[in-house]
Amino acid sequence: MHKYIYLLIVIVTIALIRILPVTLIRRKIDNRFIRSFLYYVPYVTLAVMTFPAIMEATGSPLAGAAALVLGIVAAWFGLGLFPVSIICCLVVFVLEFIL
Amino acid sequence: MNKKQAFLNGLRDGIPIGLGYYAVAFSLGIIARKAGLNAVEGFFNSILSRASAGEYAGLTMILTHATVVETFLVSFITNARYMLMTTALSQRFSPDTSVFKRIAVAFCMTDEIFGATIARPGYVIPQYTYGLTAIAGPLWGLGTASGIIAGGIMPARAVSALSVALYGMFIAIIIPPARRERPVLICVIVSFLLSYLCSDSCALPIPYVHEISAGTRTIILTVLISAVAALVAPVKEEGPEHA
Repeated sequence: MHKYIYLLIVIVTIALIRILPVTLIRRKIDNRFIRSFLYYVPYVTLAVMTFPAIMEATGSPLAGAAALVLGIVAAWFGLGLFPVSIICCLVVFVLEFIL
Repeated sequence: MNKKQAFLNGLRDGIPIGLGYYAVAFSLGIIARKAGLNAVEGFFNSILSRASAGEYAGLTMILTHATVVETFLVSFITNARYMLMTTALSQRFSPDTSVFKRIAVAFCMTDEIFGATIARPGYVIPQYTYGLTAIAGPLWGLGTASGIIAGGIMPARAVSALSVALYGMFIAIIIPPARRERPVLICVIVSFLLSYLCSDSCALPIPYVHEISAGTRTIILTVLISAVAALVAPVKEEGPEHA
């Protein structure tokens, strides 16, 4: 398949996901299971995509693992999106220099 | 507040969001380059999508030659959270907001822009959200394009380091709620564990299971773990409005 077909599927799907609720749902969703399921989806999907992929993205798997641990520590102590990203990058940069 | 003032406030608040986007999109650009996109394609793809995990998943689909159905399902699952956001958003429009404006604001939603939009008290002012997106969206696109261009000239070590920026962003999104809420923490730990056990990286790969593509693994594990979590620990009736 041509890469544009992939990109088109992704762009259209994302646009529909964003737009459909505000046009279709004018009332609150009552079903507790669906609301709970939707509540957990973002965290689970991001967690599944992060590990072990972060170890496969770096030259040395150990550096990726260290970035994960220190990123979690930084986020746990309240650092935001941008600082956590920078810390992960620095950990990999420094460790791959040593290793 | 008048519309022009709201738009200008949006532009102002969009600057820090946009700078963060630029840095993170840079690592997305490195992956986009691997998937065969040039800078112009990467810029437009990013500006139209504005979804970190969603775009990343889409690029992975190109790299792994996924099927149409798989690509659609992975896009749906990795972006499902926007559905939750715009559902919350739908409760915050003034009754006289036109359908066109509802759609335009919904199209702007990202984790951070949703956060900034919903954090303001009262009805949503569409112009404020337009302002946020007018600055943050292009920076997201420019970051991707820069990553595609510079990914080729930078030393491998620097590329390796920058490619974890995206994961850093994912971590920063999932950890704060995991710290506040025990069920989310357990979900994250279980997700890490099962994702590892089902992958190629596992010390003892499970026969057949480790051969499942990364995208399909993401779908199955997300649906499975989220459904179990929803059954075991359903959210309270009022429910958190940011998710």
